[in-house]
Amino acid sequence: MAYDKFEILTSSAVPLPIENVDTDQIIPARFLKATERVGFGDNLFRDWRYNTDGSPKQDFVLNNPTYSGQILVGGKNFGSGSSREHAAWSVYDYGFRCVISSFFADIFKGNCLNIGVLPVQVSAEFLDKIFKAIEADPKAEIKVDLPAQTVTLVSTGESESFDINSYKKGNMLNGFDDIDYLQNIKGEIVEFAKELPL
Amino acid sequence: MGKTLFDKVWDSHVVKKIEGGPDVVFIDRHMVHEVTSPVAFLGLKNRGLKVLHPEKTFATADHNTPTINQHLPVEDPLSASQLQALETNAKEHGISHWGLGHEKNGIVHVVGPEYGITQPGATIVCGDSHTSTHGAFGAIAFGIGTSEVEMVLSSQCIMQPKPKKMRINVNGTLQKGVSPKDVALYIISKLTTSGATGYFVEYAGDVFENMTMEGRMTVCNLSIEMGARGGMIAPDETTFEYVKGREFTPSGAAWDKAMAYWETLKTDADASFDQEYTYDASDIEPMITYGTNPGMGMGISKNIPNAADLDGGVSTYEKSLGYMNFNQGDSMIGKKIDYVFLGSCTNGRIEDFRAFAELVKGKKKADHVTAWLVPGSHKVEAAIKEEGLLDILTEAGFELREPGCSACLAMNDDKVPAGKLAVSTSNRNFEGRQGPGSRTLLASPLVAAASAVNGVVSDPRELIA
Ligand code: SF4
Repeated sequence: MAYDKFEILTSSAVPLPIENVDTDQIIPARFLKATERVGFGDNLFRDWRYNTDGSPKQDFVLNNPTYSGQILVGGKNFGSGSSREHAAWSVYDYGFRCVISSFFADIFKGNCLNIGVLPVQVSAEFLDKIFKAIEADPKAEIKVDLPAQTVTLVSTGESESFDINSYKKGNMLNGFDDIDYLQNIKGEIVEFAKELPL
Repeated sequence: MGKTLFDKVWDSHVVKKIEGGPDVVFIDRHMVHEVTSPVAFLGLKNRGLKVLHPEKTFATADHNTPTINQHLPVEDPLSASQLQALETNAKEHGISHWGLGHEKNGIVHVVGPEYGITQPGATIVCGDSHTSTHGAFGAIAFGIGTSEVEMVLSSQCIMQPKPKKMRINVNGTLQKGVSPKDVALYIISKLTTSGATGYFVEYAGDVFENMTMEGRMTVCNLSIEMGARGGMIAPDETTFEYVKGREFTPSGAAWDKAMAYWETLKTDADASFDQEYTYDASDIEPMITYGTNPGMGMGISKNIPNAADLDGGVSTYEKSLGYMNFNQGDSMIGKKIDYVFLGSCTNGRIEDFRAFAELVKGKKKADHVTAWLVPGSHKVEAAIKEEGLLDILTEAGFELREPGCSACLAMNDDKVPAGKLAVSTSNRNFEGRQGPGSRTLLASPLVAAASAVNGVVSDPRELIA
């Protein structure tokens, strides 16, 4: 599924300073029963966000109107656990286009890149600065510049660069996905398969 | 320079390398289940694409299936619609489908090896992170997301950068009562849940060489819990012996050809790894977790570590113990439990049921414990009956359910209620993994059996002769 192009995003951010946020928290398994990709944003962080009677938990950040924006900032090792792409969908469908953390689990990171959510890995120190900036001013803006591969705290101008491979970067900038690419080289794939031992 | 086992299998499957980007890797076997595939099939339809290699694609229903009364219609309409979607999609694209009620039905990572779909030197993917299980055969196997499922369906390829390589050696002899699950939980407790992120692991050393195929599967299954893409073990006589004669295994001349390839699948003496760890088997005791990720585990006779002794992450640690309702310094032994779950692609095979049955033989399940014994497949279920294990289990007060993922992820009705404490042989103890508010202790089938009998967390070494 193609997604919106990503170039430069300047937005306030929602802080979640918890480590090892796993995909079962991002979207619990009982919400994986859909056969279409709709409505996942409603269940993002379901069990942290709602009481069992469906009322919102006041102390959870997504229920706090002070915080908003298209950037989610999470603690170290964000997205560990299951391969469910539903986790990335729920982040995207909720309205986030970028997740910042000091470390991402592998599969989650790949899933994000495949669906148009930009995972930005920063140093532990810079992550700390971001959390402090948001604490000081919940509306503090962060600028994520994909072409330049930098993330900047707008108020202070402090900045750090981040890694992304050039192929994935091209995809994000153009809103392309891997399936488009693979269809274009199908001839090569078919030839290759003829030589395999299994 | 020499190549590692991982290099050999990966490199031989690279269709194309992209400058500054991922490798295009050909996939030999694609396992599909009902939960992570419907949106991928929908994507194919929207793009007007077909499945390129239906004969390399295998579908089974497992995540969402009930474990009682499987002959009746599935009650939950959403689960039923996913099962129906899998059946319809499989039929439309000519994919073999082992749905609910099919004699070969079971958990995707249990049936793959059972029927010989899993083979040494193959590349195997599935939209489930524990696909790493199949690495036990010397295959490269890993979990993928739904967009990638769509990629593999439409092109039989995946696009991934080549991971770094790690070798984990465990040498020596395992003590009595220590199982492959304990070896894996021990390694994860050392490396943490992110310690192998970005790596593909090879397990080496006499502990793995002496392990059965089922034990190797348990170890490779848990590779993902330390963040690794997957783990693998070089194929040897034990592997070939297991694979031989299964339905999808090559035979005759094709077998000889396959063997010639498989015998080359070992790490060269002069190959190098980006990271290497070595452990001593005699340091490993039966393990138990006390927190909300699989890295928070310890030898069962130890006490929960104090936050003061950690380097960082204190608030997350305290949140985790708060959720579990445990205190720093607590001993796990003797904590009253409510549930026991024997099953999942980690420990739902026949050897797991043998171990469990042997321990509970002649004893009785504690009255207050609810036990869910869920075989990984119909084949396992049949063996439990044939080998007389069912009689032993029934005699001890246990019941057997029908195969599926069950309480491993609690998508069906097998949910541990809020606040209840479960000893589980599955792979994840995340908050709410086994049902909203449930509290999970990961352990081996032996620890689960000992705890089921005593009604409290127990050291199995005290119950085995
Ligand atoms: S048993 Fe658990 S881990 Fe294994 S395939 Fe099923 S849900 Fe995934």
